[in-house]
Order: sequence, then structure tokens, then C-alpha cells
Amino acid sequence: MNDMNTAPTSATMLAMEGVAFTHRGHALLKDVSLSLSRHGNTIVMGPNGAGKSLLMRLLHGLLSPTHGRLRWHGQSGRPPRQAMVFQRPVMLRRSAIANVTYALAVQGTRWRDRRPQAWDALERFGLTEIAHRPARVLSGGEQQRLALARAWALRPEILFLDEPTSALDPAAIKAVEDAVIDFHHQGTRIVMNTHDLHQARRLADDIVFLCQGRVIEHNQADSFFTTPRTREAAAFVRGELVW
Amino acid sequence: MTIKRFVGTLAGLGLAMAFATNAAAEEDERFINLASTTSTEQSGLFDAILPQFKEATGIDVRVVAVGTGQAFELARRGDADSLLVHDTAGEKAFIEEGYATERQPVMYNDFVLIGPGEDPADIADADDAADAFARIADAEVPFASRGDDSGTNRAELRLWESAGVDPGGEWYRELGSGMGPTLNTAAGMDAYVMSDRATWVAFDNRQDLEILFDGDEALFNQYGSLLISEERHPHLKHDLAKQWHEWLISADGQQAIADYELDGQQLFFPNAGENGDD
Amino acid sequence: MLSEDNAFTTALQLIIGLDETLVGIVALSMQVSLTAVLIAAMLGLPLGAAVALWRFPGRGLVIIILNAFMGLPPVVAGLVVYLMLSRAGPLGELGLLFTPSAMVIAQILLILPIIAALTRQHTEERWDEYREQLTSFRVSRVRAIPTLLWDARFSLMTVILAGFGRASAEVGAVMIVGGNIDGVTRVMTTAIVLETNKGNLPLALGLGMILLLLVALINAGAFLIGEEARRRLG
Repeated sequence: MNDMNTAPTSATMLAMEGVAFTHRGHALLKDVSLSLSRHGNTIVMGPNGAGKSLLMRLLHGLLSPTHGRLRWHGQSGRPPRQAMVFQRPVMLRRSAIANVTYALAVQGTRWRDRRPQAWDALERFGLTEIAHRPARVLSGGEQQRLALARAWALRPEILFLDEPTSALDPAAIKAVEDAVIDFHHQGTRIVMNTHDLHQARRLADDIVFLCQGRVIEHNQADSFFTTPRTREAAAFVRGELVW
Repeated sequence: MTIKRFVGTLAGLGLAMAFATNAAAEEDERFINLASTTSTEQSGLFDAILPQFKEATGIDVRVVAVGTGQAFELARRGDADSLLVHDTAGEKAFIEEGYATERQPVMYNDFVLIGPGEDPADIADADDAADAFARIADAEVPFASRGDDSGTNRAELRLWESAGVDPGGEWYRELGSGMGPTLNTAAGMDAYVMSDRATWVAFDNRQDLEILFDGDEALFNQYGSLLISEERHPHLKHDLAKQWHEWLISADGQQAIADYELDGQQLFFPNAGENGDD
Repeated sequence: MLSEDNAFTTALQLIIGLDETLVGIVALSMQVSLTAVLIAAMLGLPLGAAVALWRFPGRGLVIIILNAFMGLPPVVAGLVVYLMLSRAGPLGELGLLFTPSAMVIAQILLILPIIAALTRQHTEERWDEYREQLTSFRVSRVRAIPTLLWDARFSLMTVILAGFGRASAEVGAVMIVGGNIDGVTRVMTTAIVLETNKGNLPLALGLGMILLLLVALINAGAFLIGEEARRRLG
């Protein structure tokens, strides 16, 4: 199936129905209808200013759409457990491990379970050495790994990543990509932004292509890269400037 | 964590202190608040006589030392159990207004005229107090006035009146301060100033100032104790205040006042029972 | 004659002699100001954070009022508290006038606006930085208050010290509501005023030095603890 259907089916996890977002008279996102299936890695692509980060925030619920609506399927419509990793990780002014236990605490994890779970997460991301260091003095790569470990500890059913590697060096990028694959194997639904075509090829099951506040193509990854359906996507895949 | 422990300690300390405050307050139920003047407080008189009163009766007298005007206001609002001030006219008016039921003369001291040692207005040779005031006005030398509606200030204004002077102008400086600050300022600008003798004797920062004129009966400074109206302010500790009032005019109290000396000088002269109105 | 040397030796003699009256005055000063700071912080920290977190009509006015009250003259604060606690006033029944509790209340009135206004500033900066992440954690605004206060703790420590400094240094308010009663409500600052009035300037200055020394010690303690924690936690 090359064509991704925008109509929800039984395998749908999340659907956006005619969503628009207007800020101070500027329509930043226009009439987006999108349905995301229960499994897989969705990569959101598009030129700068296309509205990728905004779409991510609407999906995660950090912002509410000015028109249209968001529907979660299953679990009687309640949003599932979710987490988000930002382009610039937000670190609380505490130790690395305290950043993780804090997230567990506000999620309602019992006090005595927090430290073991946080420790497990740090261990998985190779951060136990720096567990007691202040989070804000860690390097950019370490901070992003800590943000992933924090998300990991929350055991999200769906994880949003907003350009998580754009400010990192290659080794740190590799670590983030490995983490995404790990999350995927755990059964976590991934939705991620990137403007790195190679990264998208490595990770994507399907691609949402945004241009000027509209979703102009939602396609299986291999089809998107080999036979894009729109002129803009074709140009983008060839590496030309699109806006 | 260090911070947590620090905050915890601080919180514990604060609470403990708050409780300690209350405990200390409850321990001492037998006390009265006495509104009185800065001159009596600063002369050290209370330090000498209050322990004797406490020994006799077990009552603590807590002195709130303010100007006579403010002392009347405290009593008027029901914030003082007892009143010991030096403004005979004001005291009588206070009784007429119905705020106090009884006034007793307790003691007197006197006012002295103080000025720079060279005495540019030559008041040391004045015939009487009125003449001394007139000489200061004639010479237009700096004079520091309390200007705070205190008993001393009111007495000073009466003396200007008797000298036939309406004080004002560059040389007459109204400070709006207590006796001590006024003396400090007068010392700083080499001004003449009128003070009660007690405050002057206890005052340390004299610089070039000295007593230039004293002894005239017009400079007589009568202190009176007032019993505050029970009808007007039923919540006050009238029983304890009455004990204080009566002790002051008793033989013991009068003796305690007479015994108080500073630098070998007796500062207050008991005169309970005398007319002592002027 | 007054000289600095004179005041310095007086201060030194007072400290070394551990004069009982002096110890009582110092203890009461610290007790009153620390209690006031503690209560003002317990009210002002959450209040400041709440104003930072919520957008409501009249919020700008609240911020302006808080900032303006930072400059409230102590005498005015004292007068207001006096009129409240006076027998003729609305809270006269409590009989708090001329007690240490009245002094605590007056100092709270003085420093609460400082603590609340500065806390608002500091927590608002944190909130701007943390908002998306905390919203992502589904942290409610009420739950965000302790988070922001804790994460602004180093700045807030300075805020609280500023409040303590103002409380322990002011004289106008405690003079009016405390009455400077010997052994009951006499604190460092009112004792300094009394000694100045008596013309005993070396003793007044000596007391001033001791007050300064105490405030400096408390600041140094807080600074060292803060530096240690900052070094460990970043």
C-alpha cells in the first residue's frame, strides 16, 4: 500500500481532523488531517518554518488547535502515556538522577520505586557514571541522552522527538538514533522531526511531509524517497531548496 | 542534602523561637504598660525605681517612652495602663476630656538653658528665664527647639510667650525630635537649647555645650501620674495601675525617687501631696 | 569625644564581656527578625510563584503593587500595624501591642512584598524555561510551584537574605509597635536609637557594629552553604 489513508481505521492510534493553528492572525498550520497507526516510526519532514515543531506540540498536547480536533483511539479516547524529547533538552537544576526521579514522581510512581527505575533508565543509556552530577553542567550529548533516559523511565506508549539531534555531534547522534530504535523495539510509537534526509531513511517507516503549514504528503518511507507524489517532496528528496 | 538540612534547621529554629516568645509573654501576666516621657526613661530614673516597685508588689512596669503628646494619644486610644508625664495643663485637659479620673503630682525637676560656652547671647547674666529667652531672640543666635509637641516643647513655647517673643526666622530651628536627638543636633550646630536637667546630666555627647542659665522658678518641670478612666477603657489593668500610682506618691516611692542620683546629682525632687501645679 | 577607635573598643568590650542585657537584646532581635522572615517566606514564596504562573485580570496591577510596597517606609508599616493592634483598632482585643509578636507582624508587612515580588521575577524566568517540559510531564500549575521554587533556590536564598537584612536593620516600625520596652521589646536597632538619643554615641556605634557583624555572619553562612550546594548541583 503506497497511499497512506488519512481516514482512521481500526489500526489508528491518533487522528487529526481538520486541525488549524492561528497565532496573532497568522495561519501557521492549515487544515491538517492526519492519522497515525498504532505501530511504527513516523518522521515529520519539511523545510524550515513549515510547521513541524508546531505539529509535534499539537500532537503531544502542549498546544491546543484553534480549529479542528485531535482524537485518540482506544482506551475510550483518553490520551495514552506519552513523552517528548526537545531539540534543546530542558534540564532541571538538580542531579542527573534527580531529573529522572522527578519525572517519575509527577507521573505518580511510588516513592520507593523511583530510584531503582531511574537507575535502570540511566544504566540503559550509559549514564550511571554521571548520575549524581548536576544535570546542567553535562555536555549537550549527555543532556540529550539524559532526556531520553528520562523519557524511557516514563515508559511512554508514544514518544515525540522534536529535532533531537540537530545540535549534536555524530557520536551523540548515533546514540540518539540507537535509543529511538530501542524505544521502537519496546513497542513505543515514535513520532520525530528531522531535517536530515539520511537520518529519515535510517529510521522512518512512514513520512509526513509538511510545506507552508500543510501536510502535502503522507507516504510509506520507501515510496516517499523513491517515488514522491508531489513536486515539492521530489525536490526536497533531491536536496533542492524548498520553501 | 545540605540545603534541605539548612532550611529544616532554620524552620525549626524559627518555630522554636515563636513559641519561646509566647511562653515568655505568658509567664509575666502581672505587668502594666506605662506611657511616659523620654526624659524620665533616658535619665535612668526608671532603671533605679522600677526594681523597688517590683519587689514591693511583684508587678512589672513596661515603659513605653515617647513624647508627652504621643503618650497622651497612646492613653487616649487605650494602649497604656498608666501615664506619667510632665504637662500640667495637658494633664488637666485630659481629665476634663474624661480619659483620666485622677491626677497626682509626683515629683519635679527643672529645665536648664544650655548653649555654647562663649555664650554669644550673654544669657548667663540674664535676670530671669524670660529675659534669657529675650536675649537669645535679640541676638538671633541659633536656638534648637524640640518642635514635637512634647511637654518640654510646650514649656518652651510658654517661656517664649512670657518673653514677648514670637519665635521664628532663620535662627529658630524646630527639629521635631526627642530631647536626646535635639541635644545632639544642638551640639553639632552650637545652638542654644532648653532641656530638662535629668536628660542633660545623663547626656554624653556635649561637645562645647554647657548649662548657661538655671534656677528660675519659671523653669520648674512638674511630673504627674494619671489614673486612666475605667469607664472609658474597661480592658486595662486598672488594679495594677492603681498600685503603681499609689506607690509613686507613697513614702517608699517618694524616697526611691529622692535617692536616685546620677554623677552625684539628685535629678528628681519628690513633691507628692504638694500643690505643685506650676 | 567620639572616635571610631572608641566605638570599636566599646563593641569589643560588649562582645567579650557577654553583657547579659546585650545578649538579651541580640537574642530578641534575631528571634523577631528570623520569625518574621520565616513567616514572610512561607507566604511570599508561594504567592510570588503563583503570580508568576497564573495569568489573571489585574495581574499587572498586583505586580505593580508588590513592587511599590518593596519601598514601603518602615515607619508607615509600623503606623499601620499600630492602628490595627491598638485597643481602638480592629485587632485591639488580641492585646498584641508592645509585644514581640507585634514587631514580627510589622516586619512581615515590610518584607513580604520584597520576597513575593522578587520570587515572582525569579520563578517567572524559570517558568519560561521549563513550561514546555513540565507541561509535557503533565505537571499541574499547583505542582509546578514547589518545582520552580526549588529550582530557583539559589536566587531565592539571596531574596530571603535581603528580606532578613531589611527586617533586622529597620527601626521605625518596631519602635512604634514594640515601644522599645526595656527587657521586653528592646532590639538592636531601637537600642541604638536610645543610646544615640542619650548622646552615648560610642555605645550606639558599638551596637551598630555588632548588628552588622551578626547580619554579615548569617549572610556568610548562607553564602557558604549556597556555594557548596551550587558546586555540587550546578
